[in-house]
Amino acid sequence: MAVIQVERKPLSFAERTYIPQIIGGLKTTFKHLLKPPVTLQYPEQRPEISKNYRGVPTLVKDPNGREKCVSCQLCEFVCPPKAIRITPGEIPEDSPNAHVERAPQAFDIDMLRCIYCGLCQEVCPEEAIWLQNQFSLSGYTRAEMVNHKDKLYELGGTLPDAHFKWDKKKAAEEHGNEH
Amino acid sequence: MFDFYFEIKPWIRLVLQGTAVILVLFPLAAACSMAERKISAWLQGRPGPNRTLAPILAWVPGIGVLQRLGLFQLAADGGKFVFKEDPVPAHVNKFYFIAAPILAMIPALSTVVVVPFGAYFDSAGKLIPLVLANVDIGLLAVFAVSSLGVYAVILAGWASNSKYPFLGGVRASAQLISYELSMTLSVLPVFLWINAPGGEGTLSLFRVVELQSGVGLAWGSVWYIFYFPLSAFIFLVALFAETNRQPFDMPESESDLVGGFHTEYGAFKWSLFFVAEYCHMIIGSAVFILLFFGGWNPLPGMPLATLAGWLHIADQPILMSLLGIAIFLGKIVFSIFFFMWVRWTLPRFRYDQVMNIGWKKLLPLAIANLILYTLGIALLQK
Repeated sequence: MAVIQVERKPLSFAERTYIPQIIGGLKTTFKHLLKPPVTLQYPEQRPEISKNYRGVPTLVKDPNGREKCVSCQLCEFVCPPKAIRITPGEIPEDSPNAHVERAPQAFDIDMLRCIYCGLCQEVCPEEAIWLQNQFSLSGYTRAEMVNHKDKLYELGGTLPDAHFKWDKKKAAEEHGNEH
Repeated sequence: MFDFYFEIKPWIRLVLQGTAVILVLFPLAAACSMAERKISAWLQGRPGPNRTLAPILAWVPGIGVLQRLGLFQLAADGGKFVFKEDPVPAHVNKFYFIAAPILAMIPALSTVVVVPFGAYFDSAGKLIPLVLANVDIGLLAVFAVSSLGVYAVILAGWASNSKYPFLGGVRASAQLISYELSMTLSVLPVFLWINAPGGEGTLSLFRVVELQSGVGLAWGSVWYIFYFPLSAFIFLVALFAETNRQPFDMPESESDLVGGFHTEYGAFKWSLFFVAEYCHMIIGSAVFILLFFGGWNPLPGMPLATLAGWLHIADQPILMSLLGIAIFLGKIVFSIFFFMWVRWTLPRFRYDQVMNIGWKKLLPLAIANLILYTLGIALLQK
């Protein structure tokens, strides 16, 4: 391996007085003085959140406004810090969604326990629970930090997918499950 | 119209004048602390403090501009310093611990006495300085009193009875002594020049400005920065060291000494140190401007008298004084900005580098400068 000897030039007199370097530095900092600040005025201006950001877990509805969760409790079992608690419930006979198996009676996510791992989203067979772009949450009490079902749907909104799994199943049943 | 003012007892008048000057100097020093925060923010691409607003003022139209400039943050900071708890640690020497911040304020506010800040023509057409005490030893008084400020730092460091403040105090004393010499030596050529043989000897700062008030680029009366650039440079470097500013802020050096001499201080006592430091900066840059940048003269070769003549206010003492003060304050503000600009440009010198620069570079340079100018002045004035 060839060794290249780089000549180290001694500092010139001007360099040893520091003055040209100081003036150069002053020029640089003055340019920064005139530049607009890069700060985001946070509560008013929000940063743009990436599509695949994993923030607060939320529950979503399908485009027909039906809650997608069927309270299978897989997320409750997979949740490492045991943040999710589901009380399964039946769907009343007269409901337009009566063909769906079940729905949660209560769905609580304790945000003081949640570690944002996303396993609930991964395990959900109905694509009902999603970690969305909500990143800032606060509360005055521990009870306030538990997201109940209505809050979760409010945060989650509607997922614009077009699976309509349960509607298709109902239609197939009505046609005698022929293939 | 202001005859009644000259009829009141002289001592009352002096108290009023002194109070007026302090009432300008103290808020100016406080405003400097805000300017420091804003300028550091702008240099770093941040907006700086821009949220504070007294709720009762929120309805005033256009107040958002002041809010974004952080004007109310200044009031909030000041209020905080007054009202927050002011603990005295158990391990300190209480008397000296409390005396130190007071001692820091005294020299900082008293040097202003001999600093002229404007001038006007009296009815006889004679230029009268605006100064609390136009003494002949002007500059000597500034040097003598302002160097007392180091005692406050040493006292604070020692009375805190803890190692970081102590190191800060020791560093401060060493640094101030080292740079005091070069500072004094650097201004000697100026006074050698103005005290020509045969004339009246003086160290008065007003006289220095008067001699820089030539019209046009007349030899002998233009700003002294053009005659003594090296003196001005040495004085400026020493001024940075004397006021403990970056790149010479040895006594504080927050990265290796926590907070230096004021580590143990808080609340109002700490803010007194802070204001004293800014007062030193203001007075220091005022003296620098008086000596080398023509004081209240707006431009080199264009004295205040000419400008006042153009504006037709030369016969109105009050307007002319205000104009002079405005120009002088403007120069001081720019100088303070320069201090802050340098602060966010240069890193701090190491302690041994500070000593090397002080004793091995600046002091020989100041002596060489003095000898050179002494010979030159001797030849010119023979």
